[in-house]
Amino acid sequence: MGTMANAESYILAIGTKKGLWLAHSTDRKEWSLTGPHFLMSEIPSIGIDTRGDSPRIMVGVRSEHWGPTVAHSDDLGATWTEPEQGAISFPEGTEAALERIWQIYPDAESRPGVVWAGCEPISVWKSTDGGEHFELNRGLWDHPHRSEWGAGYGGAAAHSIVVDPSGEKVHIAMSTGGVYRSLDGGASWEARNKGISAYFMPDPNPEFGQCVHKIAADAAVDGRLYAQNHHGVYRTDDDGENWESIAEGLPADFGFVMLTHPRRSGTAWVVPLKADGERIPPDGRLAVHRTDDAGGTWKRLETGLPDHEYNSVLRDAASVDTAEPVGVYFGTRGGEVYASADEGESFTEVVSHLPDVLCVRAAVVSGAAMPAFSA
Amino acid sequence: MPDITVVLPSVLQPLAGGQSLLTAPADGAVTVAALLDAVTGGYPVLARRIRDETGTLRRYVNIYVNGEEVRRLKGLETEVSAGQEVLIIQSVAGG
Repeated sequence: MGTMANAESYILAIGTKKGLWLAHSTDRKEWSLTGPHFLMSEIPSIGIDTRGDSPRIMVGVRSEHWGPTVAHSDDLGATWTEPEQGAISFPEGTEAALERIWQIYPDAESRPGVVWAGCEPISVWKSTDGGEHFELNRGLWDHPHRSEWGAGYGGAAAHSIVVDPSGEKVHIAMSTGGVYRSLDGGASWEARNKGISAYFMPDPNPEFGQCVHKIAADAAVDGRLYAQNHHGVYRTDDDGENWESIAEGLPADFGFVMLTHPRRSGTAWVVPLKADGERIPPDGRLAVHRTDDAGGTWKRLETGLPDHEYNSVLRDAASVDTAEPVGVYFGTRGGEVYASADEGESFTEVVSHLPDVLCVRAAVVSGAAMPAFSA
Repeated sequence: MPDITVVLPSVLQPLAGGQSLLTAPADGAVTVAALLDAVTGGYPVLARRIRDETGTLRRYVNIYVNGEEVRRLKGLETEVSAGQEVLIIQSVAGG
């Protein structure tokens, strides 16, 4: 390993229905795996915090028997720590119990230690100690809309959290409920769904109640976000005041994934599925679609992907890294995981036949952080 | 003082320092809830595996008192006396 000491390498954490696998690569084409970690527990959320000296992998773990918890590893999975009192626990008086951690979101470089979490029941949490203890966001929990938020098929959860560089503007998305925005760092929240369809409701254009599957922020344009809705792909240029369709040019407007480039404005990726009632890639042909002009046009990307695929790709089962060019990763409910080292132009298979992939997260690490993978 | 013994499934034993049996002294009958408070007080991670933060028994965790599942009795308010054995067993779930 000594020759790799100063090289960059890549880790890919794969959360599945039955445990976590960690993949490592020096070229994003050949991967070695460890796992399963947490065998027989599902891993619906992963956050890789690269802000410290060594990367911290945080995972939302949920056992059908023993409930949910958050664990973290500072040695790339060699050992795991679960805080004694539990990282996320509903305070007394809320009469609520944590069901599942859907999102673990390390905040900006300028706010080390700050990690957000989105959970089921619908709630947002914030940690200031690197994910070891989270506080419930009371502004959202006490929101007057809460009793009217519903459950999507997978459960009622806040699953997307996007914090702007200032830390004041926070957008979240929940299923169902839609997009909520805070302009005061999370103290207060307002629904921001104008233009997003809720075709499954009597009034298809309600203030809230939409089933927004995923939101992601543009890399550079302030106020611009993208959304993959339960039918509908949208962009806002004004922090959610108005959403407009950018679905033209896609083979379908259903899907779960929305990824954005970490540095280049206008670039986003989706993985279309045929429809709510047919949750398969259109025509059984799996493809990623990328826009480089903020949704004006889309490019179909399928090199290296199988000829046919009938499994779906879930909302957090896709991720990008921060390398140049950016790596794109995703996994299917059939347990296949693919990686692209060239922004989606071509994919290689990382692993196949895992349990249903629920979440993937990738990060660039220095060679010094590799020993856990030599075991 | 006589003890009440709680038998842990093997998967939970690492969370109790490797013990398979946890005992609490019982001066008369106590509820299962109070018994769990007593035996898991020093093992907060173990406690969370059995009950959620509202104190509710997790859906797929079964507790048996003298061979009867407590949900068929009075739930966590079921009383248990010294000399009785309390079993914690995970139910069949998942796939």
